[in-house]
Amino acid sequence: MQLPDAEQLLVTLAERIRPLLRENTALVGIYSGGAWLAERLQAMLGSDIPLGTLDISFYRDDFSRIGLHSQVKPSSINFDVEGAHVLLVDDVLYTGRTIRGALNELFDYGRPASVTLAVLVDRGGREMPVEAQIVGARLDIKLGESLELARDASGKFHFILHEAA
Amino acid sequence: MNNPQLTRDGKLKHLLSIEGLPKAILNQILDTAESFAGVSEREVKKVPLLRGKTVCNIFFENSTRTRTTFEIAAKRLSADVVSLNVGTSSQAKGETILDTVDNLIAMHADMFVVRHSQSGAAHFIARHVPPHIHVINAGDGRHSHPTQGLLDVFTIRRYKPDMHNLRVAIVGDLLHSRVARSEIHSLSTLGVPEIRIIAPKTLLPQEVERFGVHVYHDMRAGLKDVDVVMMLRLQNERMSGALLPSAQEYFKCYGLTQDKLALAKPDAIVLHPGPMNRGVEIDSAVADGSQSVILPQVTNGIAVRMAVMSILAGNPDQ
Repeated sequence: MQLPDAEQLLVTLAERIRPLLRENTALVGIYSGGAWLAERLQAMLGSDIPLGTLDISFYRDDFSRIGLHSQVKPSSINFDVEGAHVLLVDDVLYTGRTIRGALNELFDYGRPASVTLAVLVDRGGREMPVEAQIVGARLDIKLGESLELARDASGKFHFILHEAA
Repeated sequence: MNNPQLTRDGKLKHLLSIEGLPKAILNQILDTAESFAGVSEREVKKVPLLRGKTVCNIFFENSTRTRTTFEIAAKRLSADVVSLNVGTSSQAKGETILDTVDNLIAMHADMFVVRHSQSGAAHFIARHVPPHIHVINAGDGRHSHPTQGLLDVFTIRRYKPDMHNLRVAIVGDLLHSRVARSEIHSLSTLGVPEIRIIAPKTLLPQEVERFGVHVYHDMRAGLKDVDVVMMLRLQNERMSGALLPSAQEYFKCYGLTQDKLALAKPDAIVLHPGPMNRGVEIDSAVADGSQSVILPQVTNGIAVRMAVMSILAGNPDQ
């Protein structure tokens, strides 16, 4: 299948986010793809927008089945979440379980005024009542296949599709 | 070789000693601890990983700090925690260790944190428990105190990230110290090239050289140009017989003062596992001075113990 150009989708995403920016908006990217995107979005939308990252390993719902991820990165939120309008950013929206974990973790930093979800790709396949308000593109990816955002040496994004095992 | 700490596919199941743990597992613990360090600075200092699990601290030997940090670590992982000072309860009435453990298993405990004055006690319990239960050694006799060793190297790594370029001195009562053994094993596994031991002959274990360390009896010579000074506690309560002339004499030769610390590198850091004997192994001016990282060690101990517990809980042996 023809995968979209991730760099172009990022520009689309930024354009859709721009009108929603207001005072006290903060970007929070979900590790790893979402964190890369949030960093680029900050550069495109304004360096004064506070930026944070979440690694939701401690909030995953499959911990008791698969254990702790072997490479956990520290979450880093250095602004006050209390009262902030949080733009939560992820690369691919699939089951919605990651977003469930991210919301739980976010609230352990404080009570945001609002949370808006922005994703580069919505691939369908939801298992949780989660929807993104801002979507770069909607793709129909087969169950079992996995769509991954990758970053090359120059920092440019592209998609990789892993076939079902 | 069958390592009782690992599952069949090589994952950490119990933490009994640093010996025999591959570098990859040590690094996984330290990296995971780095993430937990942030959790303790948040509005809500808790993550839901061990929700619904019960952690039992069984302390056959007293230790306020170790027990408290394990307790806080388990609570910040959302576990339910029971702490028993067994010395003052059933054991005094004659119950065996395994009976105590079996009773706690019957109460559906999921993890045991064990401290005992006998070397090998945690191994003994780990061999006895069913496969879904995890055991952490919180100090056994003179043998091992793995989480202390880990929190020490975690602290060192935070201040001196390039472990391959470090000169580390461990000073004091090595004979009775289980901490020193865990420290030496973790430092050498992580690639620290030069580990020095500074101690009087009477407080050195036999064949200490086989750990690959350099032995000094003169503290001034041993501290020259080191990056890290790890002080050990003089284990008065474990000492029998006349190994030392007096505490004053010991302080004169092996106590860390500003004057002696000046021989180390100017940015050297000072560690101590606590509880400190001020004026015996360490001078107050050093303990409270700018090079001391003794209180950060305590803070880091919580993150390291959270990392160990969460890694173990995620690795059942099936």
